[in-house]
Amino acid sequence: MSAPNTQQIKDFLVEKIVKNYSGFFDKGTADLLAQIKREKISHPVVYIGMGTCGLIAGSDKTFRAAEKYFEENKVDAELVKVGCLGLCSAEPLMDVQLPGKTRISFQHVTEEKVEDLLNAVFHHTVMSENAIGQYRFHSHEEWPGLGYIEQLPFFALQRRNVLRNTGNISPFNINDYLANGGYRSLFKTVLNYTAEKVCEIIDQSELRGRGGGGYPTGKKWSVALNTGSDQKYLICNADESDPGAFMDRTLLEGDPHRVIEGIAIAAYAIGANKAYIYLRSEYKQSLSILQNALQQAKEYGFLGENIFGSGVNLNILIHQGAGAFICGEETALIASLEGGRGIPHEKPPYPAEKGLFGHPTIVNNVETLANIPAILENGPLWFKSIGKKGSTGTKVFSLTGKGVNSGTIEIPMGIKISDIVNSIAGGVKDGKKLKAVQLGGPSGVCIPLKDMETEIGFDSLQVIGASLGLGGLIILDEDTCMVNLCRYFMEFLQKESCGKCIPCREGTKRMLEILDSTIRRPKEEGSHDTLERFKGVVQLETLAEVIRDTSLCGLGQNAPNPVLSSLKWFREEYEEHIFDRKCQAGVCHDLRTYFIDPELCTGCNVCQKKCPENAIIGSVKMPHFIIESKCTGCGICFDSCKFSAIYFK
Amino acid sequence: MDQQFINILSEYPAGKKEGLLPILQEIQKERGFLTEDVLADVSLHLNLPINKIYGVAAFYDQFHFHPHGRNHFRICNGTACYLFGSSTFLKELEKQLKVKAGSTSRDGKFSLEIVTCLGSCDQAPVILVNETYYTRVTPGDLNKIIHSLKDKEE
Repeated sequence: MSAPNTQQIKDFLVEKIVKNYSGFFDKGTADLLAQIKREKISHPVVYIGMGTCGLIAGSDKTFRAAEKYFEENKVDAELVKVGCLGLCSAEPLMDVQLPGKTRISFQHVTEEKVEDLLNAVFHHTVMSENAIGQYRFHSHEEWPGLGYIEQLPFFALQRRNVLRNTGNISPFNINDYLANGGYRSLFKTVLNYTAEKVCEIIDQSELRGRGGGGYPTGKKWSVALNTGSDQKYLICNADESDPGAFMDRTLLEGDPHRVIEGIAIAAYAIGANKAYIYLRSEYKQSLSILQNALQQAKEYGFLGENIFGSGVNLNILIHQGAGAFICGEETALIASLEGGRGIPHEKPPYPAEKGLFGHPTIVNNVETLANIPAILENGPLWFKSIGKKGSTGTKVFSLTGKGVNSGTIEIPMGIKISDIVNSIAGGVKDGKKLKAVQLGGPSGVCIPLKDMETEIGFDSLQVIGASLGLGGLIILDEDTCMVNLCRYFMEFLQKESCGKCIPCREGTKRMLEILDSTIRRPKEEGSHDTLERFKGVVQLETLAEVIRDTSLCGLGQNAPNPVLSSLKWFREEYEEHIFDRKCQAGVCHDLRTYFIDPELCTGCNVCQKKCPENAIIGSVKMPHFIIESKCTGCGICFDSCKFSAIYFK
Repeated sequence: MDQQFINILSEYPAGKKEGLLPILQEIQKERGFLTEDVLADVSLHLNLPINKIYGVAAFYDQFHFHPHGRNHFRICNGTACYLFGSSTFLKELEKQLKVKAGSTSRDGKFSLEIVTCLGSCDQAPVILVNETYYTRVTPGDLNKIIHSLKDKEE
């Protein structure tokens, strides 16, 4: 059989796969499908992770090196650019699949390693230091002595639902998504279900918004559906501006069509014929992938006029954000789309009734929308069977910080936080002790060790005063100073406050000043500064409560969270900073006290000359000494010492 | 108004406010930065008071009214980068390049910008110089980067 051309593959996928209700194929169809899915291959296939994380780690160089290798050795091989598998700390990742054998995954494949690695594979050996594992597949021959990828601690507890295709298929080619069951839900939906039925199915699945609010998606859609209007809008919120959160990006770069299919179904369910993707401006790679994906979906007739001949129309436009954290809030996002400043307004009226240009508008997060196709494919009961009561399904997290592994993970709701830290993240780096887990972005909370057994879920986290937020999970080790971390978050929120509500605009500024004074060394201890500092700390809690109670939107209401939670669980650290003027973790520069180790000091005199306060005394070739009361803790001596004789406590 | 600028404006219907952000984004992409005269022309096209336009341009972090330096440093200050000491690097950069964050040096050689997240938290701390990413930066690396760029400039 000669290889089918592009048009034939397109027709085959659309007619035989997408429009196949039963899900059963005859042998010829199954054979061709296996070829398109690269399950049956006649030549080697190499997959290289080309998400933003991979590109930053240098995967484009790896790609070129692989290309060169095949050219020089005259090997007919297929190179596939895939998204991020989630194990970002192992990037650049390269997978190799030989005909009839399982696909193996290699980590840290820098360009110089490509040749050796591929040589080894073609001689049927595996460079064990780089191999992560192999993919299980029934008809493929296994590589001996290599574990399965799903058994790795990083993947074992995960349930990859939304991220099923991410890292496995090419985000640049719609055929890959179609071969894996893509756009079948959309086909089924627009031809078989009424809009009411779709809302009902989503409501039955108990899917809750993944953008932080946790409002039931089906209920929200019903409101928009039942509001009469000649024009409705659907907005996909991809303005992921939390520092340390990148799961939406992983999803958009790894499986853009899943999100597009979700948007199309959601737009059908509320009766919208125009949808926007509000994309964060920094995501250049996501933008080009999305533009390409939208173009392909249109060519295949899944978007545009008269989808699948049902008379349904949908246009999706990409709108680039301009770098404002507040635009993640739905009313601010709408204001920004309308061409104004991203300033939220009061609710009600909710956007579902009166949103973009005064028309009913639904704003859904990327992850929420990516969940939709699978719910319609497998039914609401299937979705409810994952997770736990009140929090059904899975949640995607960006795992960062001081864990051994970091990256994007997807877990079923109901898993304990400690399991994420110990199994998926693989514990804390360098054998350090765990101090806390920060959940929910800059306005999230720090969860102390005693609450590590809490299960992930909307309600269970609320019990301990935390919330899921967007899904940033940061592991903090013993070297983290909680006061300094809070100051960091406060600085971020202060900068991002839109300025509409005075308590948020001014209050966050005052809170930042108080936190600044606790981590800074005043010029003269004992004067007015000290009094202000004491007074400030007493006020910190009241100030936080006022901001929380009197702000309009989520940013202001949650802005004091980091301070309130750390004051509650790490009060002794605040006291140590304020009264003892010490920072145990050694993070707060100003609070360091410097000492000279007489054993190591050679008496070179450099520090003495450099000290701006003349706080260092000693004669040449004799160990020097720092007068603590004169030292301002600038750290110049520490930087200038060539013998590492100066240390701080 | 030059032709390129007219072309950008002509893509967006006159008097429609929602075109404002895309117009500003495209102008900045073409010219590198925004100027007050440009805003006045946009104001005419969209029939919006210039104070509204200035307000929008000043609200969003993306827009800036001064050109970037020949070597534009973007230092990531996301949570992961912060945990790995990005604030120390920021101080060091400010000291060595003699520019404050968010500004450009007078000779136009260097500019420095803080960004909230470059999206590579696993390789923190990250610094982006023009289009080159430097990951897992150490103080030694930073010195090397700065010196090589300074040498290139001279």
